[in-house]
Amino acid sequence: MSAVLERPVAAARPDPALAEQPDVRPTGKRLGPGRRRRLAWVGPLALLLLWTASSATGLLDPRILSEPWTVVATAGELITDGRLQENLALSAQRAGLGLFFGIVVGAVLALLSGLSRVGEALIDGPVQIKRAIPGLALIPLLILWFGIDETMKVLTITLGVFVPVYLQTHAGLRGIDLRFVELAQTVGLSRAGFIRKVVLPGALPGFFLGLRFAVTGAWVSLVVVEQINATSGIGYMMELARTYGQTNIIVLGLAVYGILGLLSDGIVRFIERKALSWQRTLAA
Amino acid sequence: MAAHPGGLTAAASAPAAPSAVSVRKLVRSFGTKSVLDGVDLDIAPGEFVALLGPSGCGKSTLLRALAGLDHEVRGGGVISVPDRVSVVFQDSRLLPWDTVLGNVTLGVREHDADARARKALAEVGLAGREKAWPHQLSGGEQQRVALARSLVREPQLLLADEPFGALDALTRIRMHGLLQDLVAAHRPAVLLVTHDVDEAIALADRIVVLDRGRIATVRPVPPAIRSSADAAGHESLRRDLLTALGVEAARTTEPAAVGR
Repeated sequence: MSAVLERPVAAARPDPALAEQPDVRPTGKRLGPGRRRRLAWVGPLALLLLWTASSATGLLDPRILSEPWTVVATAGELITDGRLQENLALSAQRAGLGLFFGIVVGAVLALLSGLSRVGEALIDGPVQIKRAIPGLALIPLLILWFGIDETMKVLTITLGVFVPVYLQTHAGLRGIDLRFVELAQTVGLSRAGFIRKVVLPGALPGFFLGLRFAVTGAWVSLVVVEQINATSGIGYMMELARTYGQTNIIVLGLAVYGILGLLSDGIVRFIERKALSWQRTLAA
Repeated sequence: MAAHPGGLTAAASAPAAPSAVSVRKLVRSFGTKSVLDGVDLDIAPGEFVALLGPSGCGKSTLLRALAGLDHEVRGGGVISVPDRVSVVFQDSRLLPWDTVLGNVTLGVREHDADARARKALAEVGLAGREKAWPHQLSGGEQQRVALARSLVREPQLLLADEPFGALDALTRIRMHGLLQDLVAAHRPAVLLVTHDVDEAIALADRIVVLDRGRIATVRPVPPAIRSSADAAGHESLRRDLLTALGVEAARTTEPAAVGR
């Protein structure tokens, strides 16, 4: 049966005569989105142009919304005197810490609850309750417990972050095909090997989905804690600008939040594409 | 196996060599529905047994019992299987997030797992595809990876649950040849569950027909009949088996209709 073992040698070179041939073919209706193109910047650019045009023609009152060039100039000033970097660093640190703890807590709880019935009985209910309470409604209690220092801010972000990570990872874990569990048993995987080879990779798509919600959620929580109770950070900078009616600084803050949000989402998506390269979906 | 010289051998008769598989009075039921109703079966080391039966006769239940995959199923009886058992399922069951090589080494603890997996992949004709993702392979290739995965742990017993059922007819015939070569090289005892009479005759040393949870018929397959559809006795064996399966053997007037 050696015939079975031969694979056809692939790829004859393209025929140069083919280039001159007409290419007439029936075209069926294409339902997928088509080949992947890097066009994510088109929408934002159009928005920016619209804003610039409206400001330049005087359609947009600068007291309502500052002109783009004023915002750029303000950014220059704030960078020169160091206020922007200082506030940005503090904000990024809060968001980063909250995100980190939230991801760890969410992922660990999801694993504990997904892999054992006892874990699920203990963990899933409380998390569902936490999910039903808007995260920001906990702020008064957190302030009473922890004061208004960094602990409270990071904790608020953590509490907002861990829920989506938990939910999506748990769903991903529970969605792992039972046939793979059987397979793991027949090849004699240990418990640890089963978790490493089957459970974790199987739950990864869910985890990344949760991560994207989490990153967005982290910035939302950050804005709230910085505008309610802070003496530093981008949110505080904007809140202060409101007092003085400085739309340019407010718009700058919004732009910074927007850039941070886009950037972090892009990073997560990049990691996701690398980690889930085995997937073949509409996105690819 | 030389233990089956062509005469009828009763399933439960004690073979000369210690058996690889020994099943006694196996009973399994789902709720009130009895699926296996007192099955006795021995498979000698290196023997290839095909388990035939209509849908719902309990053949998959028997295989899953031997594989230890029926934790939730009520039942009784005594099962003895070797230490190293491999299972091939109807679906290739490759982990989509692992490469071909990673799938073959799954659960292999020896330090030379990669080298052994490469060797097994070469044996099934997939040398050079170690880094591919499962979805990049055809259905037949995926099933060959599954065969490599089962062989890499040098099983004493290979359990195959309709392993070629999802493949097209041409690929299936090629896979029969490949499986014969692999079994000849590694000599595991094999239990092949199938509903394809011709597949059973082409591959097995012995054919066991299961009907409503009991062993209805046991027929050895003489090597001459196994290797040629034109051999004397091939057609009558085929007809007997179809009758045992409750099928009117209408096509028997055209021998070798399924040529191989």
